[in-house]
Amino acid sequence: MPDAPTLVKCLVWDLDNTLWRGTLLEGAQVEIPEAVRQVVTTLDSRGVLQSIASKNDHDLAWARLEELGMADYFVVPRIGWGPKSESVRAIAERLNFAHTTIAFVDDDPAERAEVTFHEPDIRCYGAQQVLGLTSLPEFSPRTVTVDSARRRQMYQANFRREAAQADFQGPAEEFLRTLGIVMEITRAGQQELARLEELTLRTSQMNATGVHYSRETLGRLLADPAHEVLAITLADRFGPHGAVGIVLLETRPRVWHLKLLATSCRVVSYGVGTVILNWLADQTARVGAHLAADFRATGRNRIMEVAYRFAGLGDQPCACLADLGRPEDGTQIQRLHLEPEPRALPQTMQVIAPELLGDPNRHLKGAIR
Amino acid sequence: MIAKAVLGFLTERTGRSLDPGYDLLEAGLVSSLLALELVAFLERTFSVAIAGPDLDRQNFRSVDAMTGLVGRLLGGTGA
Repeated sequence: MPDAPTLVKCLVWDLDNTLWRGTLLEGAQVEIPEAVRQVVTTLDSRGVLQSIASKNDHDLAWARLEELGMADYFVVPRIGWGPKSESVRAIAERLNFAHTTIAFVDDDPAERAEVTFHEPDIRCYGAQQVLGLTSLPEFSPRTVTVDSARRRQMYQANFRREAAQADFQGPAEEFLRTLGIVMEITRAGQQELARLEELTLRTSQMNATGVHYSRETLGRLLADPAHEVLAITLADRFGPHGAVGIVLLETRPRVWHLKLLATSCRVVSYGVGTVILNWLADQTARVGAHLAADFRATGRNRIMEVAYRFAGLGDQPCACLADLGRPEDGTQIQRLHLEPEPRALPQTMQVIAPELLGDPNRHLKGAIR
Repeated sequence: MIAKAVLGFLTERTGRSLDPGYDLLEAGLVSSLLALELVAFLERTFSVAIAGPDLDRQNFRSVDAMTGLVGRLLGGTGA
């Protein structure tokens, strides 16, 4: 059974005789056939980003795309006269995508050959394949989450955000305050599990243990009253960031066990990890429990170790740690501990979150012993 | 001078001129990213390694605290 092909994160289109019929600069009114239009909108709804690499007059080509009502579907276009391989490479860099996740479609075999020669990892397709792209496995992600359906909009919001930051005179931390960031912490429901599973897979730097949780495992934890599966979403005045973090928490009578905290690298600069830890410490203080947290150094997650220790989680022993089950990954997982006190609200964002009271039966469980 | 270097770094990042004794953590000035940048800055600038237990927040509470930490780490590596 062959491995599933790597999913395409961005498809780069040529324009003349590929996206549209005809050659713009030959004077004809170029049109995009309805069937091709549908390929674009379908890929867009699946969370595949799309861009343009075209040898053309930029202003004329972009104006025509806008007239055709299609300009908004394409991010970071490269329309000019340089080699296609350079354009496609620039697009990949701007999006920070690995070349193995970039696809290129062009009617001209010479152009495809030029791209393949310089960037062999980029997959090339001919114009005759356009109508069949949406049936190919590399363009068909297994699940379409809430976030993947609006991925293009989130990227566009982020470009506007970056532009505002470039214009901003002042330190980065102050810029954060101008964003009006709102963090929502919610108990995850079934419909969130797909993107939460994705987060445990895709995060590496801001991930406390590197342990992957499947949708099935997360579903079981959702149903367990002694576990909290929390989804963290972020938005600011430029638009949504979507789901940016996951918290897995086991609420035992005298100690709450943070089994996993993972956040998206995209929001690292917002200090999301620290805000979540402070909120969690505050919640734990309210119920009078201690907080224990699993940490495993993975070689990429030092920032998470710093966040944990700066939040006050340390190596000091405590009797409450004996209440916890054995770590899933044997000896590599450290158990850090904190005796929490109430924490102040963050200054850089508004947090909307439930009051976690833990397992409603925890007092009964404590008494049974 | 350790304190001067740290103050310079923090002023540039936060846009505020700070007292060496000012409680940074209490004021909520240090996000997880800034914390990591601080650690990396200290390690790079003073050629020290700040491992596990030394990452205790008390060591980073103020510029004074960081000066103390670095001083201790530098003293410890003397011949």
